[in-house]
Amino acid sequence: MSAPIPYAEAVAEFEPVIGMEVHVELGTESKIFCGCPTAFGAPPNTQVCPVCLGLPGSMPVMNAMAIESTIRIGLALNCSIAEWCRMARKNYFYPDMPKDYQVSQYDEPLCVDGYLDVTVPTDDGPMVVRVGIERVHLEEDTGKLTHAGGATGRIHGADYSLVDYNRAGIPLVEIVTKPVTGTGALAPEVARAYVTELRDIMRGLGVSDVKMEEGSLRCDANVSLNLPGAEWGTRSETKNVNSLRSVERAVRSEIERQAGVLKSGGRVVQETRHFHEDTGVTTPGRSKEHAEDYRYFPEPDLVPIAPAREWVEELRRGLPEQPSVHRARLAQAWGIGDFEMATLVNAGVLELVEASVAAGVAPDAARKWWAGEFTRIANESGVEPASLAVTPADIARVEELIASGALNDKLARQVFEGVIAGEGTPDEVVAARGLAVVSDDGALLSAIDEALAAQPDVAEKIRGGKVQAAGAIVGAVMKATRGQADAGKVRELLLERLGVSDS
Amino acid sequence: MSTPLERDLIRQSAATLAEAIAEGEVSAREVTQAHLDRIAEVDGDVHAFLHVDAEGALATADAVDASRAAGDALGPLAGVPLALKDILAMKGVPTTCGSKILEGWRPPYDATVVERLRAAGIPILGKTNMDEFAMGSSTEHSAYGPTRNPWDLDRIPGGSGGGSAAAIASFEAPLAIGTDTGGSIRQPAAVTGTVGVKPTYGGVSRYGLVALASSLDQAGPCTRTVMDAALLHAVIGGHDPRDSTSIPDPMPDVVAAAARADVRGMRIGLVRELTGEGYQAGVEQRFREAVEILEHLGAEVVEVSCPHFEYALGAYYLILPSECSSNLARFDGMRYGLRVGDDGNASVEEVMSLTREAGFGPEVKRRIMLGTYALYSGYYDAYYGQAQKVRTLIQRDFEAAFAQCDVLVSPTAPTTAFRIGEKVDDPLAMYLNDVATIPVNMAGNCAMSLPVGLAPEDGLPVGLQVMAPPMADDRLYLVGGALEGALRDRWGHLLIEEVPSL
Ligand SMILES: [Zn+2]
Repeated sequence: MSAPIPYAEAVAEFEPVIGMEVHVELGTESKIFCGCPTAFGAPPNTQVCPVCLGLPGSMPVMNAMAIESTIRIGLALNCSIAEWCRMARKNYFYPDMPKDYQVSQYDEPLCVDGYLDVTVPTDDGPMVVRVGIERVHLEEDTGKLTHAGGATGRIHGADYSLVDYNRAGIPLVEIVTKPVTGTGALAPEVARAYVTELRDIMRGLGVSDVKMEEGSLRCDANVSLNLPGAEWGTRSETKNVNSLRSVERAVRSEIERQAGVLKSGGRVVQETRHFHEDTGVTTPGRSKEHAEDYRYFPEPDLVPIAPAREWVEELRRGLPEQPSVHRARLAQAWGIGDFEMATLVNAGVLELVEASVAAGVAPDAARKWWAGEFTRIANESGVEPASLAVTPADIARVEELIASGALNDKLARQVFEGVIAGEGTPDEVVAARGLAVVSDDGALLSAIDEALAAQPDVAEKIRGGKVQAAGAIVGAVMKATRGQADAGKVRELLLERLGVSDS
Repeated sequence: MSTPLERDLIRQSAATLAEAIAEGEVSAREVTQAHLDRIAEVDGDVHAFLHVDAEGALATADAVDASRAAGDALGPLAGVPLALKDILAMKGVPTTCGSKILEGWRPPYDATVVERLRAAGIPILGKTNMDEFAMGSSTEHSAYGPTRNPWDLDRIPGGSGGGSAAAIASFEAPLAIGTDTGGSIRQPAAVTGTVGVKPTYGGVSRYGLVALASSLDQAGPCTRTVMDAALLHAVIGGHDPRDSTSIPDPMPDVVAAAARADVRGMRIGLVRELTGEGYQAGVEQRFREAVEILEHLGAEVVEVSCPHFEYALGAYYLILPSECSSNLARFDGMRYGLRVGDDGNASVEEVMSLTREAGFGPEVKRRIMLGTYALYSGYYDAYYGQAQKVRTLIQRDFEAAFAQCDVLVSPTAPTTAFRIGEKVDDPLAMYLNDVATIPVNMAGNCAMSLPVGLAPEDGLPVGLQVMAPPMADDRLYLVGGALEGALRDRWGHLLIEEVPSL
């Protein structure tokens, strides 16, 4: 096996072609073909009936809201909506599928041929990439298998397996891009920006809660490499990409791996690969060299779908503001440029900033916290910023404390550290950690005296009128009070003590 | 002292029994018990039933009697017992589809047809035998042994619904439900001297009918008289929101049509391609005589050609296996029914494979393999795709014929009942039994088979098939009712009354 080669080297030599397959669980009240509820997290096999269990004799009835949501997604992605199409059966045996076929769509998808523009920040400013949408189709989700025993957590080698059919029959929309070329070294960022944008569109449409951690948005990333000017290479399909951050990492890791294979004269195998959050690399899964024949044919238990043109146009008129338009409006309101906006989007914090501003935080402060401190903490612990245990209300409260002089910037960071660690509300953390700004003049004065005594030469200089030397004493006092003092106040007291004025 | 009615409850029509129950001449319990007794008496020979639900049937009968005692209005078939083909899900009652793979499965829900039967106060006596998953024309492919034809116990009762037809013909039940994918109601009706109707596709809900071929399957009535079929058709028919392919329009008034029983002024088309070569002489003879009677009754008979019917059988044996290979995939031993080979070491694929190997009979395996092959992407266009084109051509043949005629007629089956074992090892010979019935399923039309006499050479019943356009099921009853009436006048009784006593 050849070793991966460093990313910069890989993209200097090879051109990546990427493609994304995203599955979105629709947030309809009931399942696609029956009346069972779709709520996440219910005890196993409590949201099932003869239809979604595929019991002999049961028959599907199409959920009209699932069709409507799929069409709205298609319209938001600039697709054409089919005038007539059918569901199809995808036949294969697997215990998570109650009927041993999946009702999906094959050669007659509901929406085709659209695009989505995504923006990625580059050194030369934001770059817009148009990602072509091949198709958007509707299908049913499968049940969920849990494999007990065995080393791999897969069905092979397991002692036994459990199936939960609560998920079986939840409407699923599959969105497939056309191959995305010419993005070079930016391919991982483009992949991430695409999924982020798609997620924001789904959220704006209100068709799904798009929670990657709960699997309501699932992403497969296809990657291939070719030498400049050469034909496209063989692609791998990476599954198990469960966060926006992972999308980027998975594509990057596949580029490094495939470049290593090609560079050593090897051949990329057409296969499914699994991404591992912990190691950041992919490992091989099922080979697709001998593709399974799914024996697709039109689903005879359902009637064709023929959305009336007037209805489609009505749905088009009812679409919400596109995220890009929405962002432009926010950028103007917050007084920031494209680059700053792209940074927020790419860090996955735009909505968080927006929510914080809505909670009363000044836009600049909200941006500073989310794009700076919180993104750093999230990256360090390998999670999405959104999953940090800090709320817009927390930020608003901390900002209030800063404005009142009760906290300074450094203390505020420590407050958030406590909040994120689950120590309580900002006020609770302030109290428990004793983080209030030291404003007791007596305590500060004694700290100042100590610092002056420790550095008599500096004290002399200040007395002699070299006011700029005060910084060294102020620094010492701040250090002695572990940052809990207000630096401005220390300086004021120091000069007063030495009988010099600032001007 | 007992009236003739009480002495011979089992030989009455459903309509007569319903009236007697409604009038209080006899209780629903007595009627139901009489049929349960008859089953106990003769079903050892006939083997029409796979499961008898005496308790459930009597409970329904008692409810009807209580309802009547309370002064409630009764439905037109209330208290008249029925035999249900073992392919319809019935809550808590074994449903096997004639297969080992479903042995012991008790559905947790009722098919829509069963729901409607219950709502109509119809006691369900039990589940009737059938070719495994409705694949066959003789009921010999049942995993639980063949059903025998009451006219001659050495002969087949037709299939796949041989159990339902035999139950009717042996007076075990006045009513039965069958299902018809390529003739499984009509061909058994023809060879047992009974009446069977395949309603318009979408006319009767398929919800709870274990699918053989979803685009072809249709449940319908099996009875001894045309009026009984109409009464039962009206109970089970009509739109069902749980079946997407169910037709939302109101169904035609089949009961009124059966009562009118009039063919005056109707144009009846004789399908040239469904006579002649391959049809037994006595079948052809009785068929021609019946057509003459229709002419006498005031219908105009014309000959029509449906040139693509020739390809119907071939196309049917691509579409049916394709759909059934997918429909029967779920029988994998994971959730219900048989499970074989789960020794703690076998993989899930091995258990699925061993279960299907052990649970399915040879005819089922044959069709699953044919269908699996036909759907492979490399062959799809050549097989499934071509078959669908033939289907369109057959529909056009029907449309052209119905532009000239109100109904079409043909013999229902090319021969009378053959001997058990005669064709069981020759699939092609078996498939040819359905040559005249398949075109109707391919086009989604409706059709009826009714008895028109005994073939002179073997003394066995012959059936005539009436075919009508989609949602013109009432025309079947106009023609069937008129022909039945004329034959009864000629013979002085119904043909079924000539069946030997068991
Ligand atoms: Zn359900």
